[in-house]
Amino acid sequence: MMKIDFSGLDPYMPVKGNAEDLDDEILAAPSFKLPVTVDFDGFQKAAVQMVKPAKGTTTLAFIFKDGVMVAADSRASMGGYISSQSVKKIIEINPYMLGTMAGGAADCQFWHRNLGIKCRLHELANKRRISVAGASKLLANILYSYRGMGLSVGTMIAGWDENGPGLYYVDSEGGRLKGTRFSVGSGSPYAYGVLDSGYRFDLSVEEAAELARRAIYHATFRDGASGGVASVYHVGPSGWKKLSGDDVGELHYSYYPVEPTAVEQEMADVPIA
Amino acid sequence: MTKQQANWSPYDNNGGTCVAIAGADYCVIAADTRMSTGYSILTRDYSKIIQLADKSVMASSGFQADVRALQKVLAARHLIYQHQHNKQMSCPAMAQLLSNTLYFKRFFPYYAFNVLGGLDSEGKGCVFTYDAVGSYERVGYSAQGSGATLITPFLDNQLKSPSPLLLPAKDAVTPLSEIEAIDLVKTCFASATERDIYTGDKVEMLVLNASGIRREFMELRKD
Repeated sequence: MMKIDFSGLDPYMPVKGNAEDLDDEILAAPSFKLPVTVDFDGFQKAAVQMVKPAKGTTTLAFIFKDGVMVAADSRASMGGYISSQSVKKIIEINPYMLGTMAGGAADCQFWHRNLGIKCRLHELANKRRISVAGASKLLANILYSYRGMGLSVGTMIAGWDENGPGLYYVDSEGGRLKGTRFSVGSGSPYAYGVLDSGYRFDLSVEEAAELARRAIYHATFRDGASGGVASVYHVGPSGWKKLSGDDVGELHYSYYPVEPTAVEQEMADVPIA
Repeated sequence: MTKQQANWSPYDNNGGTCVAIAGADYCVIAADTRMSTGYSILTRDYSKIIQLADKSVMASSGFQADVRALQKVLAARHLIYQHQHNKQMSCPAMAQLLSNTLYFKRFFPYYAFNVLGGLDSEGKGCVFTYDAVGSYERVGYSAQGSGATLITPFLDNQLKSPSPLLLPAKDAVTPLSEIEAIDLVKTCFASATERDIYTGDKVEMLVLNASGIRREFMELRKD
């Protein structure tokens, strides 16, 4: 007598993966699954609406006489909801190169991880580290190949190579700019204001770090989508080093100390009639 | 004649809440067992938690059809990993595998909000939290799903530890014992059930520690 298999109805049955289902994924190079739809743009828009990827940022980087200073806040928001106050927006690609993260968190994280792999492979193939120009171009070319598909990346690649300090801005629209001073994200107008007014090429490392920190702090003060911790990194000839990480809530009181005010008049008890 | 257009969505939201807390030598992963669509409750006994490896457990809310598809991919990947390396995947490795798996569906996302909990190679508790397209972060505790907006501020209030980004670094381990953490999780779900229609019926908790893994349940309101 045949018995009916009811095991599929048991809610606590372990899930069994069938390795053969993955044959195409394992044997072929990993590829992006695409929705079967006539309206790709509409689908993307609706999907992005639904999953609400983490967004909102202030990041900045600038070149000065002793290298590159890189700084960022740490807030991620999904619409009006703060989904995290501890995002690592400065991504350590290798000991000599940093990337910053603005736009879609997953897009930035994934493609920087991908860039890290490519840089390491370059190192193994050529017995020397990749240049900042080369690394930023690898990323820019990838992002350009996905142009129009809805990726959202605004990044700065900062590092030290054979030509000294290097700084490039790369975005998901295909842009790649070489420069000495950039700020990216929703808080960038505020950061630029502080950065441009305080910037000189011959800043010392301490002065440059303080300028970067202050620029991030002022951006978090005016931009609701930025906040959390202001992290500051320096890239010099011997690689990058994290210089500081300060809670901007506490930074506020070091920039604007609360002065005890003299009490003009003590409150007195009202006499009971 | 007006043009008719097919308006079908591949997604549904089945609701549900997932919470995970990491301690010095344990990890608690919890989720309610209600599955809904709109105002209808489909079942009161649906497990959202899956054990992916000896020391990694995933809880997922969102669209349960996508979640099941995702679980199957991860289970198959882990099977291949075991054949190739003759060992179980570590929790941080599983965390990155989950991130990549989610991102390879970047243009047709899994509508799944996951938390991954487990023990790392040193036996310390670890929690990884994700968005639907694979951005992830290692944290001390996390809540995901329909009750996340109610539970996260409560956990912040009870457990908030110094940010891992601070320099000089401060110790960021959740200062709770295993029993206290389990009680806290129970309180979270009992409270979320009071205000979230997609959370209720029962909470399933998996506790990982040096002596293995154990499963606990607590009844919640069923209205």
